[in-house]
This record gives sequence, C-alpha cells and structure tokens, in this order.
Amino acid sequence: MDELINKLKKEVIEQLNLEEISPDDIDPDSSLFGEGLGLDSIDALELIVLLEKNYGIKIEDPKDGKKIFHSIRTMAEYITEHKK
Amino acid sequence: MPKRIFITGYGIISCIGSNIPENLNSLMRSAPGTGPLLHVDTILRDEVLVGEVPKTHQELFELAGVAPVEGYSRNALLGIIAATEASAHGRLGENTGLKTGLISATTVGGMDRCELFYKDFLENDSRNIYIDSYDCADSTEKIAARLGIHDFVTTISTACSSAANAIMLGARLIRNGRLDRALVGGCESLTKFHLNGFNALKILDKEPCKPFDQHRAGINLGEGAAYLVIESEESMLKTRNTPLCELAGWGNACEAYHQTASSPDGEGAFMAMKAALEMSGLKPADIDYINAHGTGTDNNDLSEGRAIERLFGDRIPKVSSTKPFTGHTTSAAGSTEAILSVFCLLYQVIWPNLNFTERISELGFTPVEKLLTGIPVNAVMSNSFGFGGNDTSLIFRKVNASNANNVNNADNADNANNAGNAGNAENIEN
Amino acid sequence: MELLITSYSHLHDNKVVVNDRLVFYQENILKFADFIKSVYKQEQITYPKFYKMDFMSKTGFLAAELLLKETTVAGYCPESVGVILSNSSSSLDTDIAHNETIKNRSGYFPSPSVFVYTLPNIVIGEICIRNNFKGENAFFISETFNGKLLVDYVEELFINKRVEACLCGWIEVLGNNCNALMALVENSELRQQQADGNYKPIPFNAENLNLIMSRN
Repeated sequence: MDELINKLKKEVIEQLNLEEISPDDIDPDSSLFGEGLGLDSIDALELIVLLEKNYGIKIEDPKDGKKIFHSIRTMAEYITEHKK
Repeated sequence: MPKRIFITGYGIISCIGSNIPENLNSLMRSAPGTGPLLHVDTILRDEVLVGEVPKTHQELFELAGVAPVEGYSRNALLGIIAATEASAHGRLGENTGLKTGLISATTVGGMDRCELFYKDFLENDSRNIYIDSYDCADSTEKIAARLGIHDFVTTISTACSSAANAIMLGARLIRNGRLDRALVGGCESLTKFHLNGFNALKILDKEPCKPFDQHRAGINLGEGAAYLVIESEESMLKTRNTPLCELAGWGNACEAYHQTASSPDGEGAFMAMKAALEMSGLKPADIDYINAHGTGTDNNDLSEGRAIERLFGDRIPKVSSTKPFTGHTTSAAGSTEAILSVFCLLYQVIWPNLNFTERISELGFTPVEKLLTGIPVNAVMSNSFGFGGNDTSLIFRKVNASNANNVNNADNADNANNAGNAGNAENIEN
Repeated sequence: MELLITSYSHLHDNKVVVNDRLVFYQENILKFADFIKSVYKQEQITYPKFYKMDFMSKTGFLAAELLLKETTVAGYCPESVGVILSNSSSSLDTDIAHNETIKNRSGYFPSPSVFVYTLPNIVIGEICIRNNFKGENAFFISETFNGKLLVDYVEELFINKRVEACLCGWIEVLGNNCNALMALVENSELRQQQADGNYKPIPFNAENLNLIMSRN
C-alpha cells in the first residue's frame, strides 16, 4: 500500500501540473479538494483520466469521484480493490 | 437619445430546419431535431445524441448555392446558407451606399474538414486548401465575400456566448455611427474535436437533454448557423425595411469564478441580465418570456435558475430552454435563440421546455412544459453563457404603435412573411 | 473624456517590456515554455494555478500581472473593469495538444484540463478570476493586429459607461512564437492613482498601440 501511495503522489503531481509541490508535501490522509491541495472540478475529471490511463479503471459517474478522490489513501484503496 | 436598433431580417439553419419557415414549423409542432450522429467519424458515434443538420456536405453546397469546390468547411457552408437567407430578407444587396458590417461568431471554426483530411496534410499536399479553412475567421471571410460586405468584417470567439456577443457588437457599431446596418450571428458545425472534449468534461447526455429538470444529465451538442440583419431608424428610412422587432437591451459580464463552471449563485448571469434590463428601460415585470441558456448540465441550470430568481423575485416570467429542439449549437446558440425569441414576439407564442418532468429541488419555479399560443408576448430576454465566465443577455421588444415613433409601418408580421412561406401561427398549428 | 494608456506590458522574442522599461531578457531561451516560466519565477508570483494554464493563458496572465504591478485598479468596482483581447491563431496552440489526445484509438485519453483551454477567451477568465474583474469581456480574432478595432470597441464601452477601466490587447501564442501586448486604459478624469511614476500615460489610439507593438 505504501508503495502504491508514493507512486500515486507522483502521478497526481504530474497529471495535475502541481509543479511546486513535492510528494513529501502531500499527506496521504488529508483532503485533496477544498482546504487540502485546493483542487477543483476539472482536476477531479483529470483524476478520472489518470485512473483509466494508468490502472485501467473506468469511472462512469463523475459524482462517484467525491468519495474515491477524497485523499491519496482512499484513491489507493479504490485502485487495490478494482484493479484488473 | 441613443439610436434604437431594429431587426429587419433573419436566416437560420439547424437540425430542425434549413430556413426560417422550416424552423418555425418544427417549433410549432414541438418537434425536436436531435438524434444519432451521422456525419462525424468519432469513437463516440454510438454514445452521443446530437442536434445534427441532416444534410451531407454535397447537400449543403446545393443549399448554399455554391459550386462544390475544395476549401469549404461544413461550418462555412452552414454560415453561408443562414447568412444568405438573412441578407435577402433584410435586403442587404440593395442600398449599397449604406455602411454595412458582418460580425460572425464561431469557436470550432473549420475543424470539421481538417479532422477529415488531417492524415492527408501530413502525407501529401492534396488537401492543403483546407488548412486555411481551419482558421476561425475563414467562414466569416467566405460569407463576407459571398455577400459583398466589406465595410467592417470581424470574427468573435467567446465560447457559447459568441453569437450573442456578435449581435451586441453589431448594435454598438451602429449606435456609435460606424455602421448603418450589420449582419450579425454565428455558425458552428459538430466536430470530433469538441464532441470528445465535452465528453471528457462528462457533461454530455446520451438521452434527450432535460434542461431545468431535477434529473438533468447534460448537453446534447448541436450545429447550425443563424444570422440577423440589424439596422438603425435612419437606415430603415433608406432600406424601407419594416422591423421584426427591436433589440432593446444587452448586457455582458465576466463571472471571475472558474474557467468552465458557473458560480453557484449565478453572479455573472445576474449581472448580465440586470445590465440588459436596465439598458432597455423595462421593469422585470415587463419581461414576458426568458429563453434561457438552459444547457441541461447540473451546474448551468441551477446557477442560471438562481440568478433568475434573484432578479425577478416572486414574479418569474415564463422560462424555457429551446436546446432540446436544436441541441446546444455552442457558438451559434446566441443567434439561433435570438431568432427563436423573435418568433415569440411575432407569433405571440412561447416555446416549451421539452423533456421536463420534475422541478429542480433547489429552485422555486418550473419551465414552460407545453407550447403556449395566443398569449401577449411584448418583451423577451435571451441568455447565452460561455466558458470563461462570459455571460450575455439580450432583450427583444415587439414594435407596436405606442413605441414605434418613426419606424416604418410597424406591421411586423407582414415582414416576417416575406421571409418565405412561414405563414401565420394558426396555419402552422393545423 | 480623454482615454489614456496608463500602463502596458509587451512580451515577445524572450523579452518583456513594461512601460518602456526592459524588465526581462534572456538571449538563448529556445523554448517558449522555459521563457514564460522564467518570467513567472523572476516576478516571484505565488499562484499555483499558473502551472495548470495553457501557454496562451500563462502569457495573458503574466502580461496582466506585470502591468498591474506598476499601477492599481483597486479603486474601481469589479463590475466596471473590462478585459478585451484579440489574436490571430485563436487557441490553435492548445487545439493541437487536444487533437493529439483524440486522434488515435490507442492512447485515446482526452484531457479535460487541456480541452478547457481550447477556447481563446479562457485567458480572459483567468485574468478576471485572479483580479476579480467582472466587467465586459470579449475576444476578437483577426488576421493581424488590429489596433483600430480594439480602440473602437473599448471607446464605446467607456462612452456607454460599461467600464471605468479596461485591459485590452493582443495575445498571440503559437508553438515557440509569442507576441503579447496588454494595455490598461483609463479615463483621465476617473484615474484614481498616478500609475508608474516614471511612465507618462499616452493617448489611447491605434497609432500608439501600433507604436508600442513595433517599438519594443
């Protein structure tokens, strides 16, 4: 899990162009949206692309993203559960 | 007193008809034009429902009266068809001494042919003529050349509010005396490019779209073109045109909220509608009908609905979105819906918001569900909002004896009939 | 009413000129991406969203930042500050990037954040979001820089009291070529603060816009 979390951090930074943020700056349990990294609705859609591109996981309803993308850890858990 | 601006001609092509009479007829029959995608080759072909003009490239050449040569995008042909109809109706070919402008809106431009011939561009030179057609201004230049307009020609590109902004710009150029009259509007054709883009934003509905419905699920993209002839009173004395109606007000504002999303309270929509209303000198209660932007997305309809509630309080006019009829024609939406709004003034009707079943829980009003006929419609507001937070609202007012002043014989339904065999509302309903 | 260009910025050929002063120049930057990032770094702006923008928005955003540093528009109410921009390639630079993601069935991953920028007027949205400007905005496309169009349009906004201050200009970015001019236009009677003390405002007309374009 820790390995996946570290990998995800790097992927999220790259996909979302978070240039001034390093993987160490991201707490795996803190919220990605709102207060946390300050991501917005377009970023949420980018994370859907990331899951599909890198893990082959399709999310049809963007509303599901809220739970899945709460934090890096919830993302990692979702990937572990759904990865083909 | 600032110059008044009148609409004296119009032309349209959309998925519900290739000219004014056909569009009016479909609306009167509450017959939408959306369906499966036929003319664009994309991975999404079976997954989208669109408002596609049911014509091949060859058929569009014929409708446009252009000899089928290379270099014409679908976008340019749609533009020429609607612009030619409007120009003939508003008699732009006569009185050539008048300063005449063309302001045309498009965003996707001539992308449709470029997608088709992209591989040729890379591999050989056979289709290079279409590279020029990619440019947004290409369709505008072709329309201007075709109609002999050269005093002022420009292209405007502000996403889905583009054509409304073209109308606004034309009106301003007339008001400050730089032009006597103008052909204003926009054109847009469906492309793989923006179908895939909107799909990536997850805001396309695979079913017929349901604006202002609790269970709305997104947009049906559409294509088409619509142009209006606008002119000053002085110009009308020379052209002897009778007005279809007056362009009584306009407002534009930037939301400064998000690149694509509207703010939850609809601040930009509110500011644009308020500015248009103030300019028109009308009171909120004078607006009989709002042709809403109403795309069918979660975000737009709630935001726009809240802005309407804020401006109109507990006296909300009749509201509907006509996008279930035409699809969302993006850069052509502003002028398409302007013409649909002018119809309401001419024929005293209000278009239904098709596919509506349940009120949005956060809103206190519901849109018009069935075609309303024979009710007084004296002023209509038409909203067009675009990505980038560019929000525009236009107000159209019926010309009647009390506000006509020097306007030529104000029996405007007569002029509407000049457009073709549209006939009157009663005939069409039968 | 007299309209003045009270501040301007001009970015092109690895140079940045603000109010007649060269504020950035590096001869051997080959990539536009490196140029625009270097300018951002030099200006010490903290705005993480900058990195998410496409090149045209980055350019327009920085052009606005650079000239607003020299003056202030804080005294105007947000609804009275407009932004009117133009260029010749629309959003072609980003259109190409989006097309790359959809042209083949393999590797078909259209990016929402790229698609968002395939509209030329998004750069106006970015400037308005940053500065909380809520006035009129429009984006024009013409073959070459058309100062007269900008002047005609902006004058009209002032005459009809739609704006009290207006950013206007030309933001052309395609590949590694960039030419961006941004001017702040104010009504001499309403100006609330002397702009950059070393810069003498000039009349807002097409000749002066063309002059700035060609001079720097």
